[in-house]
Amino acid sequence: MLQSTAINTNGNATGVAEGTKQGTTGQAEKMDTNGMSPETGTSSQEQSANSVINIKGLSLTFETNDGPVHALSDIDLTINQGDFVSFIGPSGCGKTTLLRAVADLEQPTGGELWVNGVSAQQARLNRDYGYVFQAPALYPWRTIAGNISLPLEVMGIPKSERQDRIARNMELVNLSGFDKKYPWQLSGGMQQRASIARALSFDPELLLMDEPFGALDEIVRDHLNEQLLRLWDKTDKTVLFVTHSIPEAVFLSSKIVVMSPRPGRIYDVIDCNLPRDRGLDIREAPEFLEIAHRVREGLKEGHSYDD
Amino acid sequence: MISFRQSLAILSGVLSILALFFPLGELNGEAVSLWSDSGLTAFAIVSMLASVAVLLNRLKGLKADLVLVILPHVGAWMLLSRLDVADQHLASGFWCLVVSSWLMAWLLVDQLSAKKTKTPTAKRFYSIVVPVLFGVWLLLLWELVVRGLQIPTVLLPPPSMIGARFMASTDILWADFQQTFLKAVLIGYILGCGSAFIIAILIDRSPFLQRGLLPIGNLVSALPIIGVAPIMVMWFGFDWHSKAAVVIIMTFFPMLVNTVAGLSITSSIEKDMMKTYAASYWQSLIKLRLPSALPFVFNALKINSTLAMIGAIVAEFFGTPIVGMGFRISTEVGRMNVDMVWAEIAVAALAGTAFYGIMVVIERACTFWHPSFRSSR
Ligand SMILES: Nc1ncnc2c1ncn2[C@@H]1O[C@H](COP(=O)(O)OP(=O)(O)O)[C@@H](O)[C@H]1O
Ligand SMILES: [Mg+2]
Repeated sequence: MLQSTAINTNGNATGVAEGTKQGTTGQAEKMDTNGMSPETGTSSQEQSANSVINIKGLSLTFETNDGPVHALSDIDLTINQGDFVSFIGPSGCGKTTLLRAVADLEQPTGGELWVNGVSAQQARLNRDYGYVFQAPALYPWRTIAGNISLPLEVMGIPKSERQDRIARNMELVNLSGFDKKYPWQLSGGMQQRASIARALSFDPELLLMDEPFGALDEIVRDHLNEQLLRLWDKTDKTVLFVTHSIPEAVFLSSKIVVMSPRPGRIYDVIDCNLPRDRGLDIREAPEFLEIAHRVREGLKEGHSYDD
Repeated sequence: MISFRQSLAILSGVLSILALFFPLGELNGEAVSLWSDSGLTAFAIVSMLASVAVLLNRLKGLKADLVLVILPHVGAWMLLSRLDVADQHLASGFWCLVVSSWLMAWLLVDQLSAKKTKTPTAKRFYSIVVPVLFGVWLLLLWELVVRGLQIPTVLLPPPSMIGARFMASTDILWADFQQTFLKAVLIGYILGCGSAFIIAILIDRSPFLQRGLLPIGNLVSALPIIGVAPIMVMWFGFDWHSKAAVVIIMTFFPMLVNTVAGLSITSSIEKDMMKTYAASYWQSLIKLRLPSALPFVFNALKINSTLAMIGAIVAEFFGTPIVGMGFRISTEVGRMNVDMVWAEIAVAALAGTAFYGIMVVIERACTFWHPSFRSSR
């Protein structure tokens, strides 16, 4: 597979038309930033040199008492180093399940899944990604600083460096000065920011974020969107980001994956290469609104398609 | 509409008046009237006046505190010193005054608990004073009733007698305490709780062992201690070792069951998080599962502190060297030395309460983060 086809959709939906448009912009300048290649000899020969996530024909079925639930069905997706990919779609369309499969928290029932050229399990054991859950899930017996320090302790990072990183990441999410507080003494928004700092603390190349800003108010959300965009721009991390908000998806992403439910599948992939140094005001620009419109249409069609 | 406070005051006032007309008791076949005792007469009149002042809402604030602190306690002290004015048991006039001063003390407690305290120290002060007052009055009434009605001491000795026995036999009590509490209870408790905790962690990875051990645990914890104790005495001899063994048996399974339950309560998202860090089994045990199991562990520690006391004392009924709290209780009952029995009971109650209290303090320090304690920080 060639590098230019950065993202594949499953061929059964309208999204197939996008294949030609993809990869024409924004890919070239990113190519040189990473000399990274997949780990040797582990993955399929088809991977492009800078792909981080390769998914082919992935499906995942939960066996429940009420019969099987097809949470994911025949997903094809390639995500390159430095991509910011948003997943959007109605509840129950498998966004969380897809992220969890990438994180090796769910086992696919079919298809292939490679992360950094190795299996999802190996990638997890390599500590290749940081995961931000939908709920903050901070440990109540640890202070905020203690919570951010948790992955660092598990990974055996020495104390002095831990303190550096805790301070840096708390500043990044505007929590400086709250290090000695306990999670239950902070608002929900602050807790979620702490959980983001925790995922960033060990500086993973790949970030998996499941509706991280879902519970936050508009102003905090805007602020964190900007911070996240700066961080991504600066560090060239690869981000998989689940959201319910169309403006958020368009503002942050280089690719938007529109999903539809029952069975969960990819309905459309929309390229979204707004200038990298964009600010919040781009949300009024015509090209922004145009993309947002396409996402909205995709969501509508994907939904009615199902009924 | 009269308030609760006012109705207490009315009752207390009426009883003070009645006391003026009823006899205190009989001495040499003649009724002793209150009027012959100027101190008690004065007390009855003053407490009647105080009741009226409370009823009319004239007695408030610091003045009310002062009057209610002094009056009922002076009254109680006078009543205690008049316990032998009659040769038979005391009569209605005396009891009117007892109840009247008790109601007055109740008024004081009511007043103190209603106080809106500002500083935490003041809050703490009142939270100590009220139960202390309660305890003091319990003892006062116990003393007055038992001695005033001349209840036989084998049935119930007055607290003063128990106190005197306590003070006179501190060396025996200390030896018993050492034998029963410091040896059997503490050693059994530490071994029982400690081994159960370790075994809970060892069987944590084996659902098979858990399924097998927990029902056996329920069975053993249902065994009557009366059946187990003699067997332990046969196995481990008369000294404290057999009592510690009983304590181990009693404390082991509550701890095992609670720790196993505590280790299983971590939410899936918390465990998933550890998984994303590729944490080892031991890392996630120490950093996640043990801390979240702590509330369960402390629950067992508190239950076991009580069980251990009961176990060690009762086990001594089945054979001991001639020392120990259970031994003392069983032999002194046989000799009708009930005051000594009660002194031992007092030691057991004090030790048990202190033991439990220490566990509560440690629990608070370790699980301050738990929703049930958060407000206190
Ligand atoms: N552990 C599970 N067991 C059974 N069904 C599940 C489980 N997790 C998710 N599902 C089902 O899979 C589907 C996709 O869920 P999810 O990935 O959480 O959707 P989304 O995150 O897009 O809202 C839903 O129908 C959900 O009920
Ligand atoms: Mg979800």
